[in-house]
Amino acid sequence: MSEHQFRFVASDRRVREDRRFVAGKGNFVADVDLPGALHVALVTCPHAAARITSIDKRAALKIPGVHYVLDGAELAAGTDVLIAGLDTPNVPRRPLAFEVARYSGEWVVAVVAETRAQAEDAAEAIEIDYEPLPFVLDAEKAMEKGSPLVHEAHGSNVLLDKTFVWGEVEKDFAASPRKLALRVKWGRSSTVPIETFGVVARWDSWRDILDVWASIQMPRYAEQIAAALKIPATSVRVHYDVDVGGSYGVKRGIKHSVLVGYLARRLGAPVRLIEDRLENMRGGDAHGPERLFDVEVAFDNDGIVRSMKLRALENLGAYAGRSPFQLGKPIGAIVGPYKIKSVEYRALAVVTNKTTQDAVRGFGQGPTNLALERAMDEIANKLKLDRLEVRRRNLIHRDEFPYLIPSGTTYDSGDYETVIAKVLADTNYDELIKERDRLRTDGKLAGIGIAACLEPSGGNATFEALLNPKITTSTFMDSCRLNVDGNGTITATMHTTSSGQGHETLVGTVIGEVLQVDPDVVRVTRPDSLNSLPSGTPVGSRMAIMLGGAAFHAAQKLKAKLTAIAAHDLGIPLERAVYEQGNVYDRDKPANRRTWAELVGIAYRNMHRMPAGMEPGLAFSHIYPVPTGGTLPTADGRVQMYPCFSFEFHLVLLSIDPDLGTPEILRYRVGHDCGTQINPKIVRGMTMGGIAHGIGAALYEEFAYNDEGQLIAQSFMDYLLPSSHEVPAVKIIDHETPSPLTVLGQKGSGESGYLGAPAAIANAVNDALKPLGITINTLPLKVSKLGDLIAEARGK
Amino acid sequence: MKAAPFAYSRPADIDEACALLAADDGARVIAGGQTLVPMMAMRLARPTRLVDIARIASLSYVREDKGGIAIGACTRQCVIERDALVAKRLPLLARAIPFIGHAATRARGTIGGSLAHADPAAELPLIAVTLDATLSYRAGGKTGDIAARDFFTGLMITALPAGACLTGVRFPVWHGEKVGVGFHEVNARRSDFAFVAAAAQVDLDAGGKCRRIAIGIGAATDVPIRLESAERQLTGGALDEKTVSEAVRTALADIEPLDDLHASAAYRRRAAATLAARAIADAKADAHAH
Amino acid sequence: MRIELSVNGVKHALDIEERTTLLDALRDHFALKGAHAGCEHGVCGACTVLVDGMAVRSCLMFAPQAEGSTITTIEGVTPGPGELSPIQDAFCETHGMQCGYCTPAMVLTAHALLAGNPAPTREQIVEAISGNICRCTGYAQIVEAIALAAERMRGANAPVEPRR
Repeated sequence: MSEHQFRFVASDRRVREDRRFVAGKGNFVADVDLPGALHVALVTCPHAAARITSIDKRAALKIPGVHYVLDGAELAAGTDVLIAGLDTPNVPRRPLAFEVARYSGEWVVAVVAETRAQAEDAAEAIEIDYEPLPFVLDAEKAMEKGSPLVHEAHGSNVLLDKTFVWGEVEKDFAASPRKLALRVKWGRSSTVPIETFGVVARWDSWRDILDVWASIQMPRYAEQIAAALKIPATSVRVHYDVDVGGSYGVKRGIKHSVLVGYLARRLGAPVRLIEDRLENMRGGDAHGPERLFDVEVAFDNDGIVRSMKLRALENLGAYAGRSPFQLGKPIGAIVGPYKIKSVEYRALAVVTNKTTQDAVRGFGQGPTNLALERAMDEIANKLKLDRLEVRRRNLIHRDEFPYLIPSGTTYDSGDYETVIAKVLADTNYDELIKERDRLRTDGKLAGIGIAACLEPSGGNATFEALLNPKITTSTFMDSCRLNVDGNGTITATMHTTSSGQGHETLVGTVIGEVLQVDPDVVRVTRPDSLNSLPSGTPVGSRMAIMLGGAAFHAAQKLKAKLTAIAAHDLGIPLERAVYEQGNVYDRDKPANRRTWAELVGIAYRNMHRMPAGMEPGLAFSHIYPVPTGGTLPTADGRVQMYPCFSFEFHLVLLSIDPDLGTPEILRYRVGHDCGTQINPKIVRGMTMGGIAHGIGAALYEEFAYNDEGQLIAQSFMDYLLPSSHEVPAVKIIDHETPSPLTVLGQKGSGESGYLGAPAAIANAVNDALKPLGITINTLPLKVSKLGDLIAEARGK
Repeated sequence: MKAAPFAYSRPADIDEACALLAADDGARVIAGGQTLVPMMAMRLARPTRLVDIARIASLSYVREDKGGIAIGACTRQCVIERDALVAKRLPLLARAIPFIGHAATRARGTIGGSLAHADPAAELPLIAVTLDATLSYRAGGKTGDIAARDFFTGLMITALPAGACLTGVRFPVWHGEKVGVGFHEVNARRSDFAFVAAAAQVDLDAGGKCRRIAIGIGAATDVPIRLESAERQLTGGALDEKTVSEAVRTALADIEPLDDLHASAAYRRRAAATLAARAIADAKADAHAH
Repeated sequence: MRIELSVNGVKHALDIEERTTLLDALRDHFALKGAHAGCEHGVCGACTVLVDGMAVRSCLMFAPQAEGSTITTIEGVTPGPGELSPIQDAFCETHGMQCGYCTPAMVLTAHALLAGNPAPTREQIVEAISGNICRCTGYAQIVEAIALAAERMRGANAPVEPRR
């Protein structure tokens, strides 16, 4: 239990959403049954790149139950292109391929039928002639002169090539006695939720409203649907009370939604697209980063890092929405938890003929942390210093916060040494080294992995303006509405979907904390998009900060109004009125009080007892802007990005069977500091789940392609998700360094674990293979690859 | 991922099942469905008719048979897993069964289904080949037997005649005093299809020398194989580590391992040697424990 | 084709295409939405239901195959509207879920495990749920839920079988 000044925050409360989930009574998109709904199945391109020369729908249209067959030409004529993040007008993206298909699995034709099975039958009967085109799969090859162009009109495959120089990089490099360079590859993986993306839409032509239910996690979703369909945004009503079966960033289904919205309007019937797993893996456009880092670090003989050059090359796939911005977000924590004084960063993003990416948990921070932490280990190895010691020498100290990093972001607070000390108090580092050495003596390969990583949180997405100067957005907000009705019951609203983060519990807890009433009496609802205030949605590990902040302030407004009504009714100055657990009393004469029920009664029914000019009722809303927000980048590319920085320190002991190459995680400790934990059960779950994702990305998961551009890991038989056997027991050691910027000192924790686990595991594997002289910097670290490297090193 | 349309029959007995198979060459047997249904969902298999034999009682049994153990084709893997006769008489089969898929798939999957499907990475074909099992089938009115070593002819191809239905499999029992078994797999995740699997059964004499040994390798090549040269070399010996390692390595020198997304051919060859040696060491220790 | 299925203690006749999976029959014809489609090829386990008391993947059965068996879904182990079974309550106590998509499958798998093994070790719990993939929790709080449920049920002498 925590020793806090809080009543409800930070205590071990149940998550109210859990009740419906254990009974199977969630409201997932596939559960939404609209009478007369028609089902969509997709016809996908089998080639890595091809011109679509003809589409024959006749046989398909004859199949019983088939209502319609939609091709890319018709859809392109009836909709606008999907909104992209970068300024790349010659790289248009549409739900169905138009004239050219650019990756194997891209959606070419949509068949609509009375059942999904009939739609699939008809999809098989569509005959499409393709003229295969040259294609490119590798990002470095895509940059070469003479490479096939994924989008001819764009003139090259490069969508982004921007170099930032913060500080005196060349000078610092020249002055440093030591340098080293390494190449680190984050393999193409993603968060792959168990529920695929789904969307159901229905057009009401009498009210001009498109109702949309979707498994969505996306900012400005309703707007983008409206823009593509060329209808007013007030004609799109997204139902936020759909439970999303996991997203972790990727459920951006804008192409699915525009497709289904178009069909719903065209056909005058509800239309439903629930991706099957093959559609999802190949063409759902939910792949994650595939990033190649070239890192150069300049350091001195004590391991102090003076400067760093980082080139990040991203293989975007064939199209891009917001995914290139995943090169920008890490700029806000580009030096990690270290005092590196100057940085050069080149952000490069190219298109290739692979599946399109979307936002993945961490938005690029996980891969960047991998590059940073591999570099720290290699520095230690070069100098023959202990890897933990080298980190200690570079860490930002607790008394140096707020800390301004070269790229212009200020870190709010942190106490990295204490988090590390707590982990080491739990697990003696020297003993761990001895244990590793004992395993080695027993013939195993064994290694210790460390990672010290930041989790930027709060979602101040100024990377948009940084990477696309046409964007001048400096407002990032969230909102909460609070209403106490005439009976005194409390309802709060939140204005987005959730995918397991427990936001209803979050809102109830924060409001309960402010009002000093049981959080469980606070009803939390999700109105639809037409009845909502602005929300940035759960991205950027922002909701505890932002929704928590909005709910907090709305509740404060309620508290203030109740206090003012009471003071007026008691005939005392405002300063003497004390609010306590819903009642208000006179500080000088506590027996003089008004109860919650009385105050509600006055607000609703006794205008004559209200302060002059005060609105009746008890309705409040608060739109909360992101702390430290409101600025745009300087001319030299510096800007404040996310406001709050959580910290995680991973300590892993891993062994590898030298003959089989199979890794086994023997011990896993993680120190985690996300400031005040509004609900510890939720925070723990996030970290554990993030570590599981990280284990997958490090050891098992890859969207592998063959040389023909076919995705060969397209089902769960080949794309390997960690089961309970693959995730070891993890001990989380908590610390709380509150943020000075947030209402309760909370920082985000939605990405915790995932941002550091791959780095820690990669470092452990490298430590294990070091005695054989092997270095491996490519994820995933697959069994066969490890086995082959070990055999080669042993000369077998 | 909805299957293509098909007709469905649930015959009351094996005769009716065979008649249905004979009447339509697009008809396929379904028992547990754990491998067939995913293939149908992906439309890789498109039978015109499913002949559901899962509930034909005469096809589900575990019994003694001429000194061996006979198991009906429709016997569920979870039943075999719990069977006392199997545990006592077919320890290698008992050892391997928990490695098959997950409890939820063993609840439905049958031994016949796994054998007939002949996935190279499946455990049951490997055990059948290692123990020299005999597979029985019905086709029309006729019955036939095929030795396991002749049954698996290619990647997911068997010697079952067209329209035939597997009815059962008979495993010989080793009756020695000191019989021991070993089974090892390597895969990415614990319950995946193996990259390589090795099964070993040994019979030691009173002095601890190997009287008889069977070594099977699965998942490395397109069909399960026996390491016959190693078996010959190791019979009569003490099964010491060095001799075992050499014998196994020699036997594997000429195989053509599979190469795919999950494991290279070189990896499979090396892992086969490692796992075979470990399986033999386990079998030896197991035999000594008796 | 006309078949008869026994679901949660009630026999129903339905007219379906042969190729309808048990999963789709439960969801679309019985409006029992608790079983979820995650992959439709038998790997993720989100579709788990109990058939004759054993946890199986309902996406790997065609509905006609399920005739004659006793089928129990998450709705069948929920004691009543708004009421939670000891296992369900334990999952809420430890927060053994986040998005809830794999949860009915996990709960049913726990039911099947505890029916046969009232005092499972941690390893046995891990093995039992290893055929159910969760992308949210990293499994820790799920394992704790099942261990907690087992402990409480051993203490309370509570039955594990579904009420209906």
